[in-house]
Amino acid sequence: MEKEKVITAKDLTKRFGDFTAVDKITFDVTKGEIFGFIGANGAGKTTAMRMLCGLSLPTSGEATVAGFDVYKQNEQIKKNIGYMSQRFSLYEDLTIRENIRFYAGIYGLADELIKEKTALLLKQLHMEGQENTLVRAMPLGWRQKLAFSIAIVHDPAIVFLDEPTGGVDPITRREFWGLIYEASEKGITIFVTTHYMDEAEYCNRVSIMVDGRIDALDSPANLMTQYASASMDGVFLQLARKAVRTGD
Amino acid sequence: MALNGISFAVEKGEIFGIIGPDGAGKTSLFRILTTLLLADSGSASVDGFNVVKDYKQIRNHVGYMPGRFSLYQDLSVQENLEFFATIFNTSIQENYDLVKEIYQQIEPFKTRKAGQLSGGMKQKLALCCALIHKPSVLFLDEPTTGVDAVSRKEFWEMLFRLKAQGITILVSTPYMDEASLCDRVALIQKGSLLSINTPTSIIREFKKPLWSVRADEMFKLMNELKNDPLIESCYPFGQVHHVVFKTQANSKEKLEHLTKQGNYNHVEVKPIEPGIEDCFMALMKE
Repeated sequence: MEKEKVITAKDLTKRFGDFTAVDKITFDVTKGEIFGFIGANGAGKTTAMRMLCGLSLPTSGEATVAGFDVYKQNEQIKKNIGYMSQRFSLYEDLTIRENIRFYAGIYGLADELIKEKTALLLKQLHMEGQENTLVRAMPLGWRQKLAFSIAIVHDPAIVFLDEPTGGVDPITRREFWGLIYEASEKGITIFVTTHYMDEAEYCNRVSIMVDGRIDALDSPANLMTQYASASMDGVFLQLARKAVRTGD
Repeated sequence: MALNGISFAVEKGEIFGIIGPDGAGKTSLFRILTTLLLADSGSASVDGFNVVKDYKQIRNHVGYMPGRFSLYQDLSVQENLEFFATIFNTSIQENYDLVKEIYQQIEPFKTRKAGQLSGGMKQKLALCCALIHKPSVLFLDEPTTGVDAVSRKEFWEMLFRLKAQGITILVSTPYMDEASLCDRVALIQKGSLLSINTPTSIIREFKKPLWSVRADEMFKLMNELKNDPLIESCYPFGQVHHVVFKTQANSKEKLEHLTKQGNYNHVEVKPIEPGIEDCFMALMKE
């Protein structure tokens, strides 16, 4: 049986003037899959992600996310995805509880459910009793774990993670990936970008963007065989060195 | 507490890495050493000058590249470099040799405003500006954060060339894999130094044998190994898990037994050498 597709993209393209940021990318992501989306700075990852999140209209090509069309149904897409980035995810001057309440409210969860979710989330993260702590006072690693749990508080079909573990200590970084695996086992699809190549190896499949194109897409094991490299770092270097474009 | 009673010495001409996650205290340390922040207690000197008494001399002798891009966004590439040369009473020509290799890469864009450069080019310009007065010590605060793997490699190649010219380099990074590129490193966590040594000595100090384990069912395997009373730690590392036992006797047999019991497929067990990241995690737990 073919697995349910949560993302489909066909010849998806975005041009800014005469600059083609994303150049006819084609791929599918299946339900519950952990899909790594890597590429050098400036390869077009952010532009591609913005189109898939319903934040930017493609120039041409087709794509659906959670069954919705990126041209016509971007509002529905926003309701059915979760998003977190390293740069921004939580309000530092709100408490843990207030942040949960805020995001759950934005996604339209009923008060009763928010209460239930808050208790569950605090328990999973071992943060019971700290719900009135300001996010500003939390260590970065804890903040990122909380941010991820909040990004999936509304049980989205898919969650987009943009460099979620940058700067996080190595133990917490691994705990974070534990949360990713758990979410994936529950059927949430994970779309993740990272600069840590060991993390690329935790993904079920990895796509590597070069100059706006997807130049490689396969499981880490297959990519390492294909590029005769012992690590994803080696695979990435071989592909990224071909890039003509520089910078972001 | 940002920094908690740390002591260390950096030798002339070495690349000294301060390795630790966000919030460990790396930036506070750099700001104290570059005389931009006063320590509450303790003392420090840079190039023979006291960071409190002789702050003016230090400012003339060191180069500092902060973690956040801090050049003038509305000046062009060339104007920024001229500005920094001028405030240090020198000229681009005088020290051109030192920055030449890096500057040539951004020279085609020398009339472009700094604010409109790509991340990689901004970084190169910032490095040129930090070098233009020929500093004896160069402080680089997280120069490779958020930078892709290819650009990171290129940046380190630039550092090796600067080292060859006799400049002492203090560089901080959250990427553990960059530790092996430094002559010596200080591992820092929550304001305290966990260890200071050469990368190879830090690895040698990892006391217990380390095992690499893989199977088709990696997530289940990690959870089971983590909860096993015989096992001290189990951390995922890319395609494999790294496992340390509490007691060492018959580790291999125990691992094989555990994976057999759990009905795992395609099990591979082998002893491996630890890396800096293994050491960092072990030290964090001590």
